[in-house]
Amino acid sequence: GCCNSCRRELFVLTYGALVAQLCKDYEKDEDVNKYLDRMGYDIGIRLVEDFLARSAVKKCRSYSETVDMIAQVAFKMYLGITPSVSRSNTTENEFFLILENNPLVDFVEELPAGRTSLCYCNILCGVIRGALEMVHLAAEVNFIQDRLKGDDFTEIGITFLKKLEDKKHKRNK
Amino acid sequence: MTRPEMADEALFLLLHNEMVSGLYRAAEQGEGENGRCITKLENMGFRVGQGLIERFTKDTARFKDELDIMKFICKDFWTTVFKKQIDNLRTNHQGIYVLQDNKFRLLTQMSAGKQYLEYAPKYLAFTCGLIRGGLSNLGIKSIVTAEVSAMPACKFQVMIQKI
Repeated sequence: GCCNSCRRELFVLTYGALVAQLCKDYEKDEDVNKYLDRMGYDIGIRLVEDFLARSAVKKCRSYSETVDMIAQVAFKMYLGITPSVSRSNTTENEFFLILENNPLVDFVEELPAGRTSLCYCNILCGVIRGALEMVHLAAEVNFIQDRLKGDDFTEIGITFLKKLEDKKHKRNK
Repeated sequence: MTRPEMADEALFLLLHNEMVSGLYRAAEQGEGENGRCITKLENMGFRVGQGLIERFTKDTARFKDELDIMKFICKDFWTTVFKKQIDNLRTNHQGIYVLQDNKFRLLTQMSAGKQYLEYAPKYLAFTCGLIRGGLSNLGIKSIVTAEVSAMPACKFQVMIQKI
């Protein structure tokens, strides 16, 4: 028979087949990364509607709440994992998601030969960016660290591009 | 609409649709010939079909014969991928099988209007490969084609190739 994990495997296997095809179609890692990001974006702008329909969440009042929502609700719902969240000490509005395990690479032991700059999971960055844009938040999203590239863990950076209205700031001016 | 498994399905549907769109968009921008898109989608489906069967069932001795395998595709395999069984299986008992899905998941999102019939084949190619790949890992070589007569129903035709 079939099980829940089989269903997620369909997505993971399909994603793997897509990356393999893109590696055949594009010589440069950069081009594959861009393609994945663009696809992710197109998915993200549509996924957000599905997410909001499923989760009936309250409107987030801060970037921090938004990132928590992404990590604890969205990632859990779609990929079954809960990345941990931290925020930058130096850069305002920059947050990090650390992925302890990542189902997208369940069947991937290492990057394909000659593909050292491939961001295998780049689709995730596009999805997050697209989804945020649909709720009127502009952000830059990219991989800061990647286990497949030899780093200790896999980390996604989310930097919100517009400063939130802050009453404190206004007073100080 | 709030069962957790369905979130997986929503994600797969979106991935599949964007894969189709992305390939055709790239082809339009000169990054590959148009005709190759169907082939690429079919090939991706083939890989996934192989992978699914590999993880799904390692024991091919459980199948008595070819018909048994086709029934497995129609029930267990189709349910794993599309959350439902094939609605109708017909065969001429000479290596041709027709699998009918009256509410094919990858088409239900599309409008039922006749003008969309033109686009439907793009959304069937991956699944043709999926079936062909699954059968391949079960020791069966085949050619799989599909057609849509009325959305969202479609038929997959499997022609077993005697090696």
